[in-house]
Amino acid sequence: MADSTYPIPGAVEAPSRRWSQAAVLEWLNSWVTTVDHKKLGILYIVYAIFFLLVGGAEAIAIRIQLIQPNMHFLSPQVFNRIFTMHGTTMVFLFGMTYIFGFANYLIPLMIGARDMAFPRLNALSFWLTFFGGILLYYSFIGGGGLYGAGNAPDVMWWAYAPLTERAFSPGHAPDYWALSLIVTGFGTIGASINVISTAFCMRCKGMTLMRLPLLVWVMTVASGLALITITPLTAAQVMLLIDRYLGGHFFDTQAGGSAMIWAHFFWIFGHPEVYVLVLPAFAIANEVIPVFSRKAMFGYPAVVASSVAIAFVSLGVWAHHMFTIGMTSVGNAFFVLSTELVGIPTAIKIFNWLATMWGGKIRFATPMLFCTAFVIQFLLAGLTGIILSIAPWNWQLHNSYFVIAHFHYILVGAIAFCIFGGIYYWYPKVTGRMLSEKLGKWHFWLFVIGFHITFDVMHIPGILGMPRSIYTYEADRGWGTLNMIVSIGGIIQAIAVLIFAWNLISSYFKGKIAGNDPWDAWTLEWSTPSPPPVYNFATDPVVTSRRPLWDLKHPDDPDWHYE
Amino acid sequence: MLEKSVQYVLFRAKSWWLLFAFLICGAAFAEGPQATPSIFAPSSTPADEIYHLSLFVLTITGAIFVTVGGLLAFVVFRFRQRGEDDTTEPAQIYGSTQVELAWTVIPVLIVVVLFLTTARMIFAIQDAPKPKAALDVTVVGHQFWWEFNYPNLGIHAVNELHVPLSNQQSPTPTFLKLLSADVIHSFWVPQLAGKTDLLPNNVNELWVDPLHPGMYVGQCAQFCGVQHAKMLLRVYVDTPDQFAAWVKNQQQPAVADDSVAVGRHVFETQACMNCHTIKGTAATGRFGPDLTHLMSRDTLASGAMANTKENLREWIRHPDTFKEGALMPAMQLNDQQLDQITAYLATLR
Ligand code: HEM
Ligand SMILES: [Cu+2]
Repeated sequence: MADSTYPIPGAVEAPSRRWSQAAVLEWLNSWVTTVDHKKLGILYIVYAIFFLLVGGAEAIAIRIQLIQPNMHFLSPQVFNRIFTMHGTTMVFLFGMTYIFGFANYLIPLMIGARDMAFPRLNALSFWLTFFGGILLYYSFIGGGGLYGAGNAPDVMWWAYAPLTERAFSPGHAPDYWALSLIVTGFGTIGASINVISTAFCMRCKGMTLMRLPLLVWVMTVASGLALITITPLTAAQVMLLIDRYLGGHFFDTQAGGSAMIWAHFFWIFGHPEVYVLVLPAFAIANEVIPVFSRKAMFGYPAVVASSVAIAFVSLGVWAHHMFTIGMTSVGNAFFVLSTELVGIPTAIKIFNWLATMWGGKIRFATPMLFCTAFVIQFLLAGLTGIILSIAPWNWQLHNSYFVIAHFHYILVGAIAFCIFGGIYYWYPKVTGRMLSEKLGKWHFWLFVIGFHITFDVMHIPGILGMPRSIYTYEADRGWGTLNMIVSIGGIIQAIAVLIFAWNLISSYFKGKIAGNDPWDAWTLEWSTPSPPPVYNFATDPVVTSRRPLWDLKHPDDPDWHYE
Repeated sequence: MLEKSVQYVLFRAKSWWLLFAFLICGAAFAEGPQATPSIFAPSSTPADEIYHLSLFVLTITGAIFVTVGGLLAFVVFRFRQRGEDDTTEPAQIYGSTQVELAWTVIPVLIVVVLFLTTARMIFAIQDAPKPKAALDVTVVGHQFWWEFNYPNLGIHAVNELHVPLSNQQSPTPTFLKLLSADVIHSFWVPQLAGKTDLLPNNVNELWVDPLHPGMYVGQCAQFCGVQHAKMLLRVYVDTPDQFAAWVKNQQQPAVADDSVAVGRHVFETQACMNCHTIKGTAATGRFGPDLTHLMSRDTLASGAMANTKENLREWIRHPDTFKEGALMPAMQLNDQQLDQITAYLATLR
């Protein structure tokens, strides 16, 4: 990474490729002690990709087990653990961290600042997140499990009470689950505070709030939402631990506690959480789509407003995860309405992307391929979301494979696609080298095909009555062929992700040199060298519009005329 | 051209989805019970109403998909960059208030329509009045089996629920009270009704008004522990005569057959009776399923296997062979005791 910032050494000795121990230690130390927002951003992204691979491996194990009825690849107990770890990993260790990777790396560069508002808090937040992840996975070996080897959580990622209470989960499975998420939650809180403070306090001269790059806006909204929703989650986890260790009775139904209260606490966190994950994906698309369409983002204020509206409304929809739990009809109707209201700002977003592409000259480089597929998939995810909000229909579809298909359309079809697009887009800035377009196309193709084979088909077993979180099913239910197809699609996606991982590594050493501004883009980060020096900007930038580099490139017709 | 084919495949994938959707709808033309419990093949009043609502919603969402997806396809094909060397920038458009108002108002209208239809159906199903002729059943979810009590008939059934067929002229729906003895479970028989959770310390309600006789499969739909996958469920919709006969049989006490008295003795002296009830004997345990009419059921251990003598013996010898993690312990009986106890249980019709 540091290559281009160090002077080329003179001919001292025959260059040795062998790393000396001291050099390795120094290199490691530089990463562990860093407070530079760019290095921390990279750490977050590497961490996220690592757990994407781990969670992906777990997904493949699940799919092998379900490839046909009555498989014996995993025991029921192990399956339940893998299942729980898959969900927990993907949501908390991959989803919650990619956000801060992009935010940390890009926000200071985009707003013309030298670092985040609180560099040391930034480092602390990352390391808290890091240790939370380790704690979760340590459960596989630690905890002296009840059944022998380890005691990884097996209570599903929403950990419904009272299954998590001592009476039904002796051993330490729920403890690892709760404690590790409390720790990563602290990390999230620190990181969110940092993002918000940076966006509001560190902007360079001329960068008013209405000139903030959309990525910064949307990341800030997502961080605000994270800050609000981590609180009920942490509270619930502390209450659970009080039940388990101090004899509390919050959720201990055997002693008169309430199972429903856990569900409320959890989903008051859990639903907005989905938007915490998906808003940053929108943020990436908001940068990529205009640049590759060669057009300014259509309706900038509407994009900002709809993001804020989504965040706001999403706080009032949590009980649509609870339509079957036995709420009153008025309660159910209320949550139908609030859920469908989210559809409105979401529709506005899709139309804005469409209008941005309209009349443009769209270049289908890999980042744009991913973001285009994202828009289409997000449309479908939104429509199946509308379907699930129809409470009576939800009584049928809830906890079935239809739901799994729906939220993977969001988590993979929207979030993962945007992350991939974003990585292809900013990799040249971060490393100074381009990712291979050829491997990129392979990655995209295989991934998009595998994705559709898996998740389009997965809606159907749900409609045919297949519940989620079962480790096996009867042969006569007619779900076998569909599950086989779903599993094959999953394997194709896994191959695509491996190609991507290979691309990341090989391009780092052999990729085409990128230059400062390979995509002919408009935001400030592209005015710095690639990779940017530690101090980011040699002189403090001054901006005059939403697209500072456009103004430089088109002095005859600058942007500020139109704002 | 590469980009063109990218988009082509993308949209092809979407049409597969629609094709599959139509295939499933096809299942709905078949009436009555099916091995595959499709929600699009309803056989009871609430499920049927939900099915029709879902067709309406599918039409709306399908229309949105075709319109917006079509627009997207158009944009992608029409506005692709042609010729790498053309470096002039397209005209920059920054926004338009009229356009944005238009595409805000349309979603608002759609939401209003969807909400009103949905709310109406919620009230119709959830607050449906209970007719005099309705049958009451209390369902209790256990890790990992089902208990069905008929308070007005004095029957305790297990894992297989019998309800009478209803007809339009004089409906005899079944009203279920849902409870749980331990963790959260969820009662789901897709062809009969949507699912409803069973919570400890709570009573939920669900009703079905079945329109075709036969056996309907379902299963627990809320993760409830190791063997959640094998918490299967069967509902038998009986004709009135069948139902009356079933009720009559279930109301009898257990048969006292002298030829299997040894088996009965083994059952009562081993730990079996701590957990199981056999009416008319010393066994009154409540933790496991009632065994009084064990052989009147088609399956054992909530659908984990067929109810045959061999399976029964193997289950008692080692419950894990069929249902790893089931809460019944392996009973450590010798072969002779196993034979005796199986012979005894086999007489419990
Ligand atoms: C030799 C003594 C026993 C015999 C002969 C026996 C027999 C059976 C049978 C035939 C079933 C299946 C019932 C059905 O599918 O309708 C069953 C299930 C069950 N038994 Fe036992 N049982 C014995 C001991 C026990 C004990 C001591 C316990 C409690 C610790 C117990 C707990 C259960 C449970 C929880 C189930 C339901 C399992 C499931 O489906 O998940 N049983 N038993
Ligand atoms: Cu269950």
